[in-house]
Amino acid sequence: MSSAVLISIAMTVVGAATPILLAALGELVVEKSGVLNLGLEGMMLIGAVTAFAVTYSTGSAPLGLIAAMAASAAASMIFGFLTLTLTANQVATGLALTIFGIGLSSLIGQGFVGRTVDALHRTFPAALAEHPVWRLIFGHSPLVYISLVMTALVAWFLTRSRAGLILRAIGESDEAAHSIGYSVIGVRYLAVAFGGAMAGLGGSYYSLVLTPMWADRLTAGRGWIALALVVFASWRPLRLLAGAYLFGAVMTFELHAKAAGVSFLAPEFLAMLPYLATIVVLTVISVAPAGGRLAAPACLGKPFRATG
Amino acid sequence: MRLRLEARREPSRAMLYVTPALAVAMTVLAGIFIFTAMGYDGLGAIYQIFITPLADPYRWQDLFVKAAPLIIIALGLAVGFRANVWNIGAEGQYIVGALAGTGVALASWGMEGYWILPAMILAGILGGLAWAAIPAFLKTRFKVNEILTSLMLTYVAIQLLYYLMRGPWKDPEGFNFPQTRLFTEWQTLPAAVPGTLIHLGVPVALALAVVAWVVLARTVTGFQVRIVGLAPQAARYAGFSARRTVWLALLTSGGLAGLAGIFEAAGPFQQMTPQFPVNYGFTAIIVAFLGRLHPLGIVLAGMVLAVSYVGGENAQTTIGLPYAATGMFQAMMLFFLLAVDVLVRYRLRLSGPGAARPHQESRPQAPAAARTPAPESASA
Repeated sequence: MSSAVLISIAMTVVGAATPILLAALGELVVEKSGVLNLGLEGMMLIGAVTAFAVTYSTGSAPLGLIAAMAASAAASMIFGFLTLTLTANQVATGLALTIFGIGLSSLIGQGFVGRTVDALHRTFPAALAEHPVWRLIFGHSPLVYISLVMTALVAWFLTRSRAGLILRAIGESDEAAHSIGYSVIGVRYLAVAFGGAMAGLGGSYYSLVLTPMWADRLTAGRGWIALALVVFASWRPLRLLAGAYLFGAVMTFELHAKAAGVSFLAPEFLAMLPYLATIVVLTVISVAPAGGRLAAPACLGKPFRATG
Repeated sequence: MRLRLEARREPSRAMLYVTPALAVAMTVLAGIFIFTAMGYDGLGAIYQIFITPLADPYRWQDLFVKAAPLIIIALGLAVGFRANVWNIGAEGQYIVGALAGTGVALASWGMEGYWILPAMILAGILGGLAWAAIPAFLKTRFKVNEILTSLMLTYVAIQLLYYLMRGPWKDPEGFNFPQTRLFTEWQTLPAAVPGTLIHLGVPVALALAVVAWVVLARTVTGFQVRIVGLAPQAARYAGFSARRTVWLALLTSGGLAGLAGIFEAAGPFQQMTPQFPVNYGFTAIIVAFLGRLHPLGIVLAGMVLAVSYVGGENAQTTIGLPYAATGMFQAMMLFFLLAVDVLVRYRLRLSGPGAARPHQESRPQAPAAARTPAPESASA
């Protein structure tokens, strides 16, 4: 394989990894605070359609991104209100959010089906990315750099900052955190809103960068893969980064296998790969001795109501 | 003065019955508002969705046909949800069940005999069962979360369907369309009411609801499922195996989803096509909750959701409301149900700053099933 091919493969891996990394980073923070939001897929779709609609209407991609984050964060607040204030079941509410997001995005998007926008491909001037090796460093969409910076920020926030410590304490023992005066519900609301905004950002990668057009159910279940990624990463941001690129490689395998003329596997079987890989990876991580599963925040998915 | 929630000592039974109706009513109001805001005739849309399907007796048969798969799948899901086993991949089990039955149909193509249809149905059940056995095995053997695995398998099932339709199972005389042959008369469900679309699956769905009711309310197995969900530790003391419950919940829901799948293929579709999956497996989750995980409630909820499906199609043709609006509308119903559910467990109180603070439990320990208990479980 020539280096040009290798670089083009690397570029598509980055493309597949970035949206799930963004969404999974948000979900990681949400889960660290003790909340399980299964609505990731729905929030990503709402973000994707909002980013597209706003960019298409205003011609400004940054505006599209901001609107996507706001819309998905707003959607996450439905989840927050139901599960945090009304202590509704988190699994059921998250599922409802996904079904809602699929419907809402397709409703908003129906006027945009097949339209295109200028893809948000470049961060740096084209001249910088002319040489293939430089392309690998400077040739990405701004969202790619944002995802990397956010990984570092989330890692720093969770392990080094005071606020991050409080958030983790709430996820590990809400009772104890509450009794020393922290607002469990308040912090969880913030975490859920952050998770929503990040899912919106991840979703907009699909509609603004990967396929700069709108189609129904554009995310094709990637939100669920992002959820699995959080488990795979044992709730650690840097492992999340590695996991996202690993999954990105699996997802693009389909593309490259087709291009390379792999004919012993029907395309449908190649399309199954990311989902099968997710199942395999979840199984492996469950049997791993240093138990990925054991790293789950202790209060994950449990409702909390303050006493008195 | 502010609004506060005060825990009830025990769940309100009155609210248990009132809240689903309240949720539907709130969805209707919100629907009028949202559809108007989006530039559609909001009142007209609601009329088309909720009234037209009921007003025209000719369309009642559609309601039963749409409700049957929803009821069958939701009955199975309810067993799992009660035991805190979250099978959300019913859509995949529905597809694989239909595929397994279709396999028998294609293998027996050209043959005649009364054994063919039962064999297809059996294959359908086994197909759904097998697909659900994967997450059950992974959950019990390796403690892998069944939510993610069952859902991932839905995407795998869809690709399997596409593969079979485009490849080996394509109708050889079908002008290269990716779909199977039409099933023969020996391979299709007979009409339950002659001269209508109502096929055998409809009375079966109703009968299954009655069976599920009896099993859940009157047998040890039903008790075990309820206890494992309500009080896992008590269940362990009583010697009920959590592992067995996981298997039971997933196999029941998988088998029933497979049954619904083959009924749909051998009933309304009479063949297999790539358009087969229409998200009944996901909508059934809403049906299960709206029906309070109670078999008879599920029958009612299945009818309500069927109305919204048929009405959604109406609104599509008459006022151009996109089909996607139906899905959003159905999700809103679940949102509102989860929201008003709070009334089952809590009283709304207006309290001043000096009001006495009633004792509250710090955390409702009970899992999901406990917060949407079936009416009879309150007295159990």
